[in-house]
Amino acid sequence: MRRVLTTAVLAGMFAANSAAFGADEEKVDFDRDVKGIISDNCFKCHGPDDKDRKEDLRLDTREQLFAKRDDHFTVVAGKPGESELFKRIVSDDEFVIMPPPDSGKTLTKKQIEIIRKWIEQGAEWKGHWAYTSVERPAVAKVKRAGFVRNEIDRFVLGSLNRKRVSPAKEADRVTLIRRLSFDLTGLPPTSTEVTDFLADKSDGAYETLVDRLLRSPHFGERMALYWLDQVRFADTAGYHSDNHRDVWLYREYVINSFNQNLPYDQFTIEQLAGDLIPNSTRWQRIASGYNRLIKTTEEGGAQGKEYQAKYDADRVRNIAEVWLASTMGCCECHNHKFDPYTMKDFYSLAAMFGDIQERPVGRQAQTAVPTKEQLAKSQKIDREIAPLRAIMNKQTPELDKSQQRWEASRDVVVAPEPGKQPKKDSKAKTPQPPKDVLPILAIEVGKRSKPQLAKLAAWYRTIAPELASTRQKLAVKENEKKAHQTTIPTTLVSTTGNKRAIRLLPRGNWLDSSGPIMSPAAPEFLPNMKLTGERATRLDFARWLVSQENPLTARVYVNRLWKTAFGEGLVRTLDDFGVQGEVPSHPELLDWLAVEFVESGWNVKHMLKLMVMSGTYRQSSAVSAELRQRDPYNKWLARQNRFRLPAETVRDNALAVSGLLADTIGGRSVKPYQPAGYWMHLNFPKRKWVADTGENQYRRGLYTYIQRTFPHPSLLAFDATSREECTANRSRSNNPLQALVLLNDPTYVEAARVFAERVVREGGKSDAERLQFAYRVCLSRDVHPAEARLLTALLNKHKAQYTADEKAAAELLSVGQRQTPDGMNKAELAAWTSVTRVLLNLHETIVRR
Amino acid sequence: MTSFESFTTSINRRAFLNGTTAGIGSAVLASMLAHSEGQESSSSGRWEGVVNPLHHAAKAKRVIYLCMAGGPSHLETLDHKPKLAEMNGKPMPESYTKGKPIAQLQGRKLTCLAPQHPFKKFGESGQELAEIFPQLGTVADDICIVRSMVTDAINHDPAHTLMNTGTTISGRPAMGCWLNYGLGSEADNLPGFVVLASIGRFGQSQPIAARQWHNGFLPGRLQGVQFHAKGNPVLYVGNPKGVDRARQKDVVDTVAELNGLRNGLVDNPEIATRVQAYEKAFQMQRSIPELTNFADEPKHVLDLYGTKGADGTFAANCLMARRLAERGVRFVQLYHRAWDHHGNIKNTVKGTAGEVDRATAALIKDLKQRDMFDDTLIVWGGEFGRTPMAQGSGRDHHIRGFSMMLAGGGIKGGVTHGATDELGYESVEDIVHVNDLHATILHLLGINHKRMTFRFQGRDFRLTDIAGEVVKGVLA
Repeated sequence: MRRVLTTAVLAGMFAANSAAFGADEEKVDFDRDVKGIISDNCFKCHGPDDKDRKEDLRLDTREQLFAKRDDHFTVVAGKPGESELFKRIVSDDEFVIMPPPDSGKTLTKKQIEIIRKWIEQGAEWKGHWAYTSVERPAVAKVKRAGFVRNEIDRFVLGSLNRKRVSPAKEADRVTLIRRLSFDLTGLPPTSTEVTDFLADKSDGAYETLVDRLLRSPHFGERMALYWLDQVRFADTAGYHSDNHRDVWLYREYVINSFNQNLPYDQFTIEQLAGDLIPNSTRWQRIASGYNRLIKTTEEGGAQGKEYQAKYDADRVRNIAEVWLASTMGCCECHNHKFDPYTMKDFYSLAAMFGDIQERPVGRQAQTAVPTKEQLAKSQKIDREIAPLRAIMNKQTPELDKSQQRWEASRDVVVAPEPGKQPKKDSKAKTPQPPKDVLPILAIEVGKRSKPQLAKLAAWYRTIAPELASTRQKLAVKENEKKAHQTTIPTTLVSTTGNKRAIRLLPRGNWLDSSGPIMSPAAPEFLPNMKLTGERATRLDFARWLVSQENPLTARVYVNRLWKTAFGEGLVRTLDDFGVQGEVPSHPELLDWLAVEFVESGWNVKHMLKLMVMSGTYRQSSAVSAELRQRDPYNKWLARQNRFRLPAETVRDNALAVSGLLADTIGGRSVKPYQPAGYWMHLNFPKRKWVADTGENQYRRGLYTYIQRTFPHPSLLAFDATSREECTANRSRSNNPLQALVLLNDPTYVEAARVFAERVVREGGKSDAERLQFAYRVCLSRDVHPAEARLLTALLNKHKAQYTADEKAAAELLSVGQRQTPDGMNKAELAAWTSVTRVLLNLHETIVRR
Repeated sequence: MTSFESFTTSINRRAFLNGTTAGIGSAVLASMLAHSEGQESSSSGRWEGVVNPLHHAAKAKRVIYLCMAGGPSHLETLDHKPKLAEMNGKPMPESYTKGKPIAQLQGRKLTCLAPQHPFKKFGESGQELAEIFPQLGTVADDICIVRSMVTDAINHDPAHTLMNTGTTISGRPAMGCWLNYGLGSEADNLPGFVVLASIGRFGQSQPIAARQWHNGFLPGRLQGVQFHAKGNPVLYVGNPKGVDRARQKDVVDTVAELNGLRNGLVDNPEIATRVQAYEKAFQMQRSIPELTNFADEPKHVLDLYGTKGADGTFAANCLMARRLAERGVRFVQLYHRAWDHHGNIKNTVKGTAGEVDRATAALIKDLKQRDMFDDTLIVWGGEFGRTPMAQGSGRDHHIRGFSMMLAGGGIKGGVTHGATDELGYESVEDIVHVNDLHATILHLLGINHKRMTFRFQGRDFRLTDIAGEVVKGVLA
């Protein structure tokens, strides 16, 4: 098998060397080879932006590219020598050559050769792939036993065959269950799950596993993590004082939606316009909190108009990146240099959200969102309160008499002389009336006006002995109501109202009011939006996003699902489907998936299942030196990818392995250990991070409180983001700060020592058995003798040291909140903690293969 | 118990070093060096930068940026405006302020407030500084004052973001990250970008954000690392309780050896990088406590700065900055959170000036006596200035004209550059925008700001965004 692959690879390499292009790549492809060169080097002056356009020449439309200009043609198909474009790029005259010397751009020989070939081969021109409508391509009729499991593989194999490369063999089953568990739930498999899977020799074992993981409630958490990165979900406002706001219910909505497999079109509509859906449900209103996840300010002296402009832009940038993978942010100040988005598009889209009620400067108002049960309880209490209030509000003849008696019994209070306080009567047996009632008492009864009488009576009812028991009952109920209200969660939701006039801001300058007021609209070059009324609404827009005609939404999202299963997208630039982005490595596969997605009813689980069931997914991630050289970034998919786990998963994994992980789903954000003083530069007010206790200390990373200005440093070290802008593609760095975190952060030290407890308690009697146990729990595999030798040496050395130094052992075991159970040998536990610390720090532990 | 198949099958494919592990540590390191991936690092494991060679000869190798957070009043520090004194208490002429952005004074009556402290000529150059800077006066001939700064953002948070990243949109890399991206690191066991922050006693301490030193879309290893005065100087740099250095070394060594064994099996360059990261982390665990402990500093040096030890004051941080610079740290940024003087500016600005005056001057003198002044660029200034108009007894935020100081590598000392109008409102002569300041800083370090780019979301991004001109007038 290996030999075959090597031969094939070598054959491929020879073929590749035989010409400027690979054997199968002789034909230049416009999308793949040509367009990037032209957009990158020419569009700045000859692209879609008419403001900076030179010589009124644009090269981004077919019409202009092939048009006659004066005495020449820009491009003449088949004739490079007659094409002005080609003549310009090969000129040696500094006044003629393109790109001009002062542009800082130069074409390489290879690029010039590509342009020449392209023209020579007929100058095929296509509109940008991402903006053309999606159609289901035919599936290649290729076969390969042991690899092809569904349509995905046929597309992949088709292109591999053209390159004369074989797919990798299927990964071993341990790797597969670890891969699937991390990809679909973000958690490692338990050793029992591994054993069960290895023992299941049935044909359907793999699918059974996939189905189990897709049903797991942790699936929703894993999917939410990536979504929350895109929509920049955080617990705080973002600017300046960066104060808290309650939005955790939105996170809960996202988790639940993935778990319930809510169709993606519905998921989209609910977030952008959940509040506008007729008879919207509580969860739909919570979903509409998406529109409120922007950064806001409370800073004194901030100008409302300036910040409102920032908020509008923040929304447009995010929506465009999340749903359209478009960099519309550029159009806040100018028309896009490469893509057909305009400033008008930008501000028209901003206007779409101009109905949302919010404060430009200040604390955003929270909305109470009671559950059905909570609402019922509120109503019940209100019903109980109403008759009591009615009694309290009603004056009766009996009360009149009581009041008269009270007045008579009361020592006469002299009305105060002007400018003086009323005299206090120390003998008064009943409570004194408030200042605004007191003067009424000084007035002769007959001379009191009607309002005065009413006011006095109302006050008297608050002390009348006849009403004592009613008052008491009311107080009890009102306290109950208050207590109940504090249990009702609040969140930020979208509330529609007066539509703010949103102007096009020349060069993005909020001080400039000379631009026209914009009507809400979708980007002009994309398919039309259907309106339900005269003016487009958020609901219209959301429906347009997920309409059949929209060429972007489905492509963008299946590409992100592909990342979920492969660690990378078919389009590597997950956040840019524009002309400057990368082209899909497998364009037909991408389109096939997009159509399948829409036709399946935007079924997310269906798509993920297709992907992970494929032979392509099941390949080993091992790579030969030859293949790595030919395809260093694995664009051909002749193997799986291996990559470090995301920040939150690194932590979840350590907690899961130790047994500390709490598996509660949802709820408020939590505060794991964070170094003291890390928040010292927050202000207004100053804040102190108080670590949670009990279960909340051990929740999954996606529940960690996100302070946008100071995100948790342990997560930050592993490339978690501050959730200020859309992140569709987190970086995966590999740096010393990560080592410091895994070695010294109390979260990991505690996980290691609790893991050590497990090893000692459950692992068997001998050190060898215990080590084997530790490896199976942490890495799902057996320990190798060479590894065992190293770790046993470490264990024995530290056991001796900790036996001699009991204090050190006790100190190590005191890291974190979890108590060490009585009766365990502390020196032994401390020494095993050294071993488990090693395991949690291994590269293998934090990598998904 | 059945064997888990994964490992055993793979073992059959490849010999496993015949079961011997002696000396694996060094073997691992050797293979690691051979496997370093692409541009990630050089043969020494150091990041050498993308501007290699430099675009032109550099005048400075490193930057110490003294960020006077809160927005110092130029009118009480660096920009002498006698005319404003004459106008004290009179209405601010509307011709100056009409249609201009304004912060807390929105809708208020605008009245001139005279400079609250006298100015004095210092040094041979006769450089004018407020008298509340007596120590800076002694190095006046080394300083270049830029009096024509302008910025676009009038509130602290966005203004800092602009000052650090060249734009107010979050998610872009900070200047220190850009410099390390371009020039690489000269510090073996330290980050190339270090941040220190102190809190003053006189102004409001405006919050700052970790975004100000974040790597944005640049690689994570370029992010700024904050040093703390209390607790661990760098987060997580201290061993866990009960683990001494020898035991920590045992753990780290075993991790390296096991990673090495694994790499022998799966041949993954990422593992080599990881091994390297652990080496560096372990070295940082030793080098950082040594660095942040001033035990080896003689008393006269401590006295020069006016500090007793590493206590997190601005003075201590200035000394720390010098120590970091000596060790090759490319970009050190000090925040002094104290300059937001909305009220009682007469006393508060004097108080805050007193907190930074001696130490700033000491830093210049100390670098000079170590022959480091000529290749270290010092930048001193806030995110904006303050209004010539009164806000009660203080001044409000102001972005149309303010001052900064530059000194050291490639800077012409003893001069002023640019000017505001006679009331100190609007920069009118040789205006320097934040993007121009950035272009100039990069220029001094041998970088053409238009040529150092990073492609993100299809666009070639720069620190200077789409603007920036090198300010020739400040160059030596």
